[in-house]
Amino acid sequence: MISKYVKSIGQYFIMIYETFKRMTKSSELRRLILQELDDLIVSSLGIVVFISFFIGAVIAIQTALNFSNPFVPKSLIGFAARQSIILEFAPTFVSIIMAGKVGSYITSSIGTMRVSEQIDALEVMGINSLNYLVFPKIIAMCMFPFVIAISMFVGIIGAYFAGVYGGFLSSEAFFTGLQEDFIPFQVFYAFLKSFIFAFILATVPSFHGYYMKGGSLEVGHAATTSFVWTSVIIIFMNYFITQLLLS
Amino acid sequence: MIKVKELKKSFDDLEVLKGVSTEFEKGKTNLIIGQSGSGKTVFLKCLLGLFKPDSGTIEYNERVYENFSKDEKRELSTQMGMVFQGGALFDSMTVEENVMFPLKMLSKMKLPDMKKRVEEVLDRVNLVDTNDKFPSEISGGMQKRVSIARAIVNKPRYLFCDEPNSGLDPRTAAVIDNLIQEITHENDITTVINTHDMNSVFEIGENIVYLENGLTAWQGNKDNIYKTDNKKVTDFVYASNLFQKVRVAQKEGL
Repeated sequence: MISKYVKSIGQYFIMIYETFKRMTKSSELRRLILQELDDLIVSSLGIVVFISFFIGAVIAIQTALNFSNPFVPKSLIGFAARQSIILEFAPTFVSIIMAGKVGSYITSSIGTMRVSEQIDALEVMGINSLNYLVFPKIIAMCMFPFVIAISMFVGIIGAYFAGVYGGFLSSEAFFTGLQEDFIPFQVFYAFLKSFIFAFILATVPSFHGYYMKGGSLEVGHAATTSFVWTSVIIIFMNYFITQLLLS
Repeated sequence: MIKVKELKKSFDDLEVLKGVSTEFEKGKTNLIIGQSGSGKTVFLKCLLGLFKPDSGTIEYNERVYENFSKDEKRELSTQMGMVFQGGALFDSMTVEENVMFPLKMLSKMKLPDMKKRVEEVLDRVNLVDTNDKFPSEISGGMQKRVSIARAIVNKPRYLFCDEPNSGLDPRTAAVIDNLIQEITHENDITTVINTHDMNSVFEIGENIVYLENGLTAWQGNKDNIYKTDNKKVTDFVYASNLFQKVRVAQKEGL
């Protein structure tokens, strides 16, 4: 059992190494990267905006409802919303949502190519199939921090709407809380970890798709396994980066 | 010409190829036949370089593949064309894009020249008005023809086909067989075909290798397969009542 995991980890790092070898023709690579930007980033914006707005709103309402002490300033709602959204919700939980959306798409598309021998066809032509399939996904996912930035912005707007128009605090109090004790390094920390999560989101599902064995049923199984492992690795890395940078 | 000597390949404890030795001649359609599980596909994938053999040698033009440098191996792969069992066409690309793909990736041709070459090969495999269609929009026989067109667009020296007739009706299968044979003769290439189809054996079997349990059990051609005393070959080739009658007729010179 342990040897199986060790073997998989080794195979994953070999895959990363192979991905950066024998580059695909630049004109084709440009087309593939633009295609992946559309599939992985642009098509995810809708769900990210929707979830961020409502989660931001819920954070504001929950915070407001849990402050019963009249001595606690209302501006704390804006402060709590900012801290929750920037530090954890936007980078970590949006990444886990993306593991479901983008991760399963990557695993199933590469897995289907494996099952239907399209990957073998690339190899027979002398093309580095890992570079052709995985490298454009890694480059496209470098834009993931922009998705996180949008998520942060929309989440705070959601919190503003729920807090101010829900009658929990004034607009001035919200903005006061939003600017209170602001530490710019925390934004850097959030973007740094979202960048690392982007690499995990591009490579772990690719690994599960590329090395899958079997038929169409196994493609579905690989997509589920990929989601579980991508989420586990993101959560573990979140703990590791937080311990390293903030404690 | 491809020469194979004592080729062995195992997966964990399962020994699939136990020492296959044979030769595939240039300008001929070389058929590999054998029961399911006899190691045909593994053998073909070893020839293509998709599987690394455990031992034994494969020679391309009298040079051992293992001794090729990385660049030479890459160069060799550009000289190979492969027709996969399921076609292995790229779903997201049109017929034209599929056929043009090897040219775009491996050649320095300009777009108008590539388009001209694609038109030539699509015309050669008798495909018209399908350029803008996706693989899911054309029939199985047409997909096979697109796959053949993609395999030959780069003018390969070696053409490999894995079960090119599987899933096709007898008439379309015969068209595909004849097309592969014509292309082999026209371009003087070494063609290796994995097949279960006995019609192919009697139609285009210029050199036939019978594999059993990972070993070469018999080698000959379509003209002498019915004369063989090798019981394993005759039991396989003449398994159906129809082909038993064919054998009797052949022996009686009818």
